[in-house]
Amino acid sequence: MELFRLTVAEARKLLDKREISATELINSVYRRIDAVEDRVRAFITLTKGQAAGMARNAGTKIKSAGPSSPMLGVPFAVKDNMCTKGILTTCASKILFNFTPPYESTVTSRLNDEGYVLVGKTNMDEFAMGSSTENSGFHVTRNPWDLKRIPGGSSGGSAAAVAADECIAALGSDTGGSIRQPAALCGVVGMKPTYGRVSRYGLVAFASSLDQIGPITKDVRDSALLLNSIAGHDPLDSTSAPVSAPDFTAALGRDIKGLRIGIPGEYFIEGIDPEVARAVRDAIRKLESLGAVPVEVSLPHTGYAVATYYVLATSEASSNLARYDGVKYGFRAEGKDLMEMYMKTRSQGFGAEVKRRIMLGTYALSSGYYEAYYRKALQVRTLIKKDFEEAFKSVDVIVTPTSPSAAFKAGEKADDPLQMYLSDIFTISVNLAGVPALSVPCGFTPDNLPVGLQFIGKHFDEESVLQLAYAYEQATDWHKRDPDL
Amino acid sequence: MKYEPVIGLEVHAQMLTETKIFCGCSTKFGSEPNTQTCPVCIGMPGVLPVLNKKALEFAVRTGLATGCTISLYSRFARKNYFYPDLPKGYQISQYELPICEHGRISIIVDGTVREIGITRIHMEEDAGKNIHEDRGNFSFIDLNRAGVPLMEIVSEPDLRSPREAVEYMKKLRAVLRYLGVCDGNMEEGSLRCDANVSVRPSGQKEFGVKVEIKNINSFRFVEKALDYEIRRQIKVLGDGGKIIQETRLWDSGMGVTESMRGKEEAHDYRYFPEPDLVPMVVDKKWTDEIRASLPELPDVKQARFVSGYGLPEFDADLLVSEKAMADWFEAAVKAGGKPNSVSNWMKGELVRLLNEENKSFDDCPLAPEQLAGMLKLIDNGTISGKIAKTVFDEIYKTGKEAEVVVKEKGLVQISDSDEIEKAVDDVIAKSPGEFERFKAGEEKLAGFFVGQVMKLTKGKANPRIVNELLKKKLSS
Ligand SMILES: [Zn+2]
Repeated sequence: MELFRLTVAEARKLLDKREISATELINSVYRRIDAVEDRVRAFITLTKGQAAGMARNAGTKIKSAGPSSPMLGVPFAVKDNMCTKGILTTCASKILFNFTPPYESTVTSRLNDEGYVLVGKTNMDEFAMGSSTENSGFHVTRNPWDLKRIPGGSSGGSAAAVAADECIAALGSDTGGSIRQPAALCGVVGMKPTYGRVSRYGLVAFASSLDQIGPITKDVRDSALLLNSIAGHDPLDSTSAPVSAPDFTAALGRDIKGLRIGIPGEYFIEGIDPEVARAVRDAIRKLESLGAVPVEVSLPHTGYAVATYYVLATSEASSNLARYDGVKYGFRAEGKDLMEMYMKTRSQGFGAEVKRRIMLGTYALSSGYYEAYYRKALQVRTLIKKDFEEAFKSVDVIVTPTSPSAAFKAGEKADDPLQMYLSDIFTISVNLAGVPALSVPCGFTPDNLPVGLQFIGKHFDEESVLQLAYAYEQATDWHKRDPDL
Repeated sequence: MKYEPVIGLEVHAQMLTETKIFCGCSTKFGSEPNTQTCPVCIGMPGVLPVLNKKALEFAVRTGLATGCTISLYSRFARKNYFYPDLPKGYQISQYELPICEHGRISIIVDGTVREIGITRIHMEEDAGKNIHEDRGNFSFIDLNRAGVPLMEIVSEPDLRSPREAVEYMKKLRAVLRYLGVCDGNMEEGSLRCDANVSVRPSGQKEFGVKVEIKNINSFRFVEKALDYEIRRQIKVLGDGGKIIQETRLWDSGMGVTESMRGKEEAHDYRYFPEPDLVPMVVDKKWTDEIRASLPELPDVKQARFVSGYGLPEFDADLLVSEKAMADWFEAAVKAGGKPNSVSNWMKGELVRLLNEENKSFDDCPLAPEQLAGMLKLIDNGTISGKIAKTVFDEIYKTGKEAEVVVKEKGLVQISDSDEIEKAVDDVIAKSPGEFERFKAGEEKLAGFFVGQVMKLTKGKANPRIVNELLKKKLSS
């Protein structure tokens, strides 16, 4: 078996038994990148030089025989909106085309402490705004299952890199589905942890009250392993919860007999691809056969989620992106005075979708509209949260499709933002409610495109989500398929 | 027509924390540009603010000292606007749910006590500074000040004259300094003031159209700017014109306020709750602890100085205007000085010497015990009041005890009648003409003779004995 196909858990075993070296592993990953990256284009920056050094260091540590940390010597891809000290961090935006942070995000710093190996920084929709990675300011990433199709987004680069075995695992960020939707479309596992579970320090903000970093992996066990490494309170992030993280792998393999799984009627609506609906229904039956108990639940405010999200997320974004003004770092256009410099910098530096969202958010916060839009959206957000609280009184985990359709063709929705926004219809409520959710492969369309199944858990109950997803994954072999590249 | 001004003040007070409000950078004033910065306070991508608990404590202290209600649940908001000295493109401030509300400060104007309402006190971060001088076509930015914690203290429109506004500012400054939350230095910008001013015909209930005046940065200018603006508004109305709601800038060089922007150009700051910071939940136990640790405040201290030390109101007012001055006074009294004498020497000689050196009671070179020691020498007749002035200058400059100075310089008062009589005789012998006139009843010459005797004895003769002896000579 080629080393690049390994999971984190498999690599760990082989590295610790010294059957392979960290250098052999990263070399294999880079050979794979050499072979497929010109077609997939998952990365913005490849850090081959640094990776070699990190692998050498890992090798030395492994040889010194002490207990190795879980990620020691394991090659990772990191979405390009997480700051990596001394390494270009662009958010796939021209406005940050030359930005090299002098500081490290908390997540990568934790992985660094464990001795991980950074493969490179992955492509994404500019500032994580999009569902196809077509909004990248640099290039379009392709879906490894069908190169004419998009990988989903905004963490499309990370999901494609995992699916194409261009890394062992990856980090993505999820504001409205940006981990789960591309994971579903690329046939890999993607998890958005509870809001506050993982530090956002060093994650370039899109919508601060919704953004959350999470793992994109080849299977559920790796998801739990990676979450172990990145979860936990961070004094640098006031919104990171002051709760200690459990060992998430402990949930794997627990019997799911008697677990109540909620099926929300609102998620099996018109407009959902019948192939997707069929795969999800089959998956629910599979879970039932494993002992889980399906229960119908209702999330009555689901229909307002997309509108609520686009008011809140764009409002926060309009403010978060104000700092890109050409004054301190990044791209600057020359202007005859300050105002002209601001205007030219921002109109040339940001892409169309980012500008659209800045305008939407600015409008929603403007005096005279704030009450009607922003405050109203906050109120609906509370109702959506309550929907989940209510549903979780009778079930342990909620099961839904991750995305209403499989991967669509590049360019298909690029000019229709509303159509594009609807790709996140099943993932957005989760961010609004702040609860954890995970997407796991649950089948393929007749075109051989992966379909994702979403498990949604209670606040800080990633364990039940992992437990169910793992049980499902072990009883199926969708995750074992590889794209033909 | 007679008009009445209506004034409300918005005071920005820089808090005396060691570090900035949302990062660990130093707040020291006057360092090289951009040496006190980090990714957080210069607004780099992805970094997050973490509240400095000390800033919250200072705001709560100030709220408690001014009778405010402390919000047990409050939060930060973003105030959005573009400016190069504002690195994030928004200022983290408070909007809905400020930390303190509904307080008051009392001031005394012309013997009348006035309660001035405080609408709210909130926390926010300061911006940086644009530097335009000597740099050709470019402006430069110093972000050392960006993120320094401020309190904005907003008064009700309760002030009715520029004098009241000045008294309010003085009282507020004293309170902030007592609490140790702000150094009150207007020149260095640690206390800044914007004013909302309107005028209305006397007797009218409704407020007139208000104008905001920015950039008032000294006590002197508070009164001047308000005086000017009130006269301007009255003139506009008197000429049949209308006041436009606008923001005006005080130009201290020209002594005028000038229009900066109208209502139409007013910023829409698009305030919304700061999502990077969790709401602040202040627990009652903590605020009780802070309340218990509050120092005695100027008003209470003033009353105690009047009733406890028998000081005149005016003297007590002056002494409590600075905590360091009040403390100095009490230390001197404790060391044995009589309250009235201590007070008189402080407001006279001591303040004069401190002013000459541009010093305050915070760095007063004279110890209270030194003054008390000198007062003892006056009381027991060792030195005269006149000599004491010389002694005072000396103990101030050298830090020596009065007793030592008196001994070293031989300034002990001469109370030996024989010695003084000899001097009196000498003087009389030198001025026989004057003595004849004195004897003939020209009483005002007594002063001349006392003066001459003092001169001869280098001021050391006990004036009481000199007078007695002169009287004796007259009748002999
Ligand atoms: Zn700083």
